[in-house]
Amino acid sequence: MGENIKFVQGNEACVEAALYAGLNFFAGYPITPSSEIAEHLSYRLPQAGGRFIQMEDEISSLCAAIGASLTGSKVMTATSGPGFSLMQEALGYAIMAEIPCVIVDVQRGGPSTGLPTHGSQGDVNQARWGTHGDHAIIAMTASGHQDVFAVTVEAFNLAETYRTPVILLFDEVVAHMRERLVIPEVGEIPLVERLKTSVSEGVDYHPYLPREDGRLPMSDFGGVHRYNVTGLFHDMWGFPSSEPRVVHGLLRHLVDKLENRANSLARFKEFYVEDAQHLLISYGSAARSARHVVEKRRNRGERIGLLELQTLWPFPTDIVREKCSQVQFVVVVELNMGQILQAVKLAVDQPEKVFLANRIDGEFIAPADILNILRLIQGKGV
Amino acid sequence: MATKNFLRERFLPHLWCPGCGHGMVLNGLLHAVEELGMSKNEIVMVSGIGCSSRITGYVDFHTLHTIHGRALAFATGVKMSRPELTLIVPMGDGDALAIGGNHFIHAARRNIDITAIVMNNRIYGMTGGQFSPLSGENISATTAPYLTIDPSFNIVELSKAAGATFVARTTTYHVQQIADIIRQAVLHEGFSVVEILTQCPTYFGRKNKGGSAVDMVNWFKDHTTPVGSKAKQENPDLIERGIFLQEERPEYCREYEKIVELAMKGH
Repeated sequence: MGENIKFVQGNEACVEAALYAGLNFFAGYPITPSSEIAEHLSYRLPQAGGRFIQMEDEISSLCAAIGASLTGSKVMTATSGPGFSLMQEALGYAIMAEIPCVIVDVQRGGPSTGLPTHGSQGDVNQARWGTHGDHAIIAMTASGHQDVFAVTVEAFNLAETYRTPVILLFDEVVAHMRERLVIPEVGEIPLVERLKTSVSEGVDYHPYLPREDGRLPMSDFGGVHRYNVTGLFHDMWGFPSSEPRVVHGLLRHLVDKLENRANSLARFKEFYVEDAQHLLISYGSAARSARHVVEKRRNRGERIGLLELQTLWPFPTDIVREKCSQVQFVVVVELNMGQILQAVKLAVDQPEKVFLANRIDGEFIAPADILNILRLIQGKGV
Repeated sequence: MATKNFLRERFLPHLWCPGCGHGMVLNGLLHAVEELGMSKNEIVMVSGIGCSSRITGYVDFHTLHTIHGRALAFATGVKMSRPELTLIVPMGDGDALAIGGNHFIHAARRNIDITAIVMNNRIYGMTGGQFSPLSGENISATTAPYLTIDPSFNIVELSKAAGATFVARTTTYHVQQIADIIRQAVLHEGFSVVEILTQCPTYFGRKNKGGSAVDMVNWFKDHTTPVGSKAKQENPDLIERGIFLQEERPEYCREYEKIVELAMKGH
């Protein structure tokens, strides 16, 4: 049991989880504050018989991961803001061609080179809309190492289930912080393995014809079914098509397969939300300070709660609206200029009662920063 | 197996212009595969974006039509994950050496066992006739109305310097040599580069008084000579064709197998 308890960085928790989930191919390029993920995997992956490759840039890293995924591998890449920007085209490809892959973006201050060694949550909207064209995406985050582990395993499971890229939006604070991690026993968290086609050799296989449940059974490159994969709009054989019905049908499929499942995809944690009059909504490292505020003020009798989001996209609109329906006001706590604030305002019935507590100066948001905003909202002055 | 069996006839006719050389490259490629006697299931063909890249759609292999310039990066992932598969990557000149130049030199540096085919028609055809890094100087293009001032890459020298271990060049006039060189390139273990000079009568030819497709193909006959021939010494302007380099150097995936062995021993 002792071996299963570790004292590690968040980046290492992500590595442990990826290996637990069955990762067998990683391609990446060094960038702060994500580099420890590549470093640890360069050591650990070959021990597990997997493959690690350091590519010439972030563009090729995601491209290589997508190529490996088509052979049946579980794949991941890890980067930070500038590298995540470079991956956007290949991300769109993975969405269009429906290739399972996990992309870790350990957020740092931006735009541009920004603040490489400081925390930020500025890539939330880039994760949603960074690649061009209409699309849907899954993006998840966590505030502590046990949850980093859990959402990383979940990311692999969702990537395989829905044949989609899944983005893990961690941040520098969680990535470099050290805390306790208990590695679950094998089998403790169920793993989703790739759904393979049951079509036998010689029978026409339609790689892009969804089953009734919307899932697309795959056939590995190198197997008995040879098919085409493209980033162009394509028919059920994967062959390019500009037929309006084909284009419309594929785009709806790509969006609906995730957006229609926003509720079931939603992972979140609640702290004293049940009877809360004042509600904090937060995620990632910022949620740690938010939780501290809630615990402290609860002790003084204030009916305050925290909704900690782990699934950011698709945004859990229905859940947020319901949790906010009975409260007097909502404060979104995040390390950006209000990226999730916008989504919360769109979700709730009374957007004027939603406020922002943030920091954008590279410093971590402290409980005192949140308390100041609460005092302002309640007309108590700072 | 007849070459016809390597085509996905459902997706024909192809989209290339009348007189385009890409079909001749495809023909040579299919003959090479036929001679190699490989199973279609063993071959993965990866391409980027452009006229040349559409070749993947027509062949009955595992085919991956990707994004502009990145075909070799995708192919690297496939090869690393399943080293027993044969990777063939047809690219256009802009695809391979403008937007894809970085991936090209790094794939060569690693000497990963991939066959890169550069279908060099010296122009961006799909976007309507803009000059490429292989156009060379004094070429008319839709983005060079005053003629190009950009010098061209020499693919053979670039590939050798970057670390490729098989480097060859031929043309669409020399159709049997296309098949022969591609066959040898696929058999070679390491990063192989095959440059094939091909004609784009629609854009390059029309803008540069190249004449008909037949005229352009004949130009390849008249302006090329076998590697090391006497003719080259007498006329340095002739373009050499044939195999320029074939050498043994550790292949990337095999080297990584050693890493896996070392790591699994509990290093």
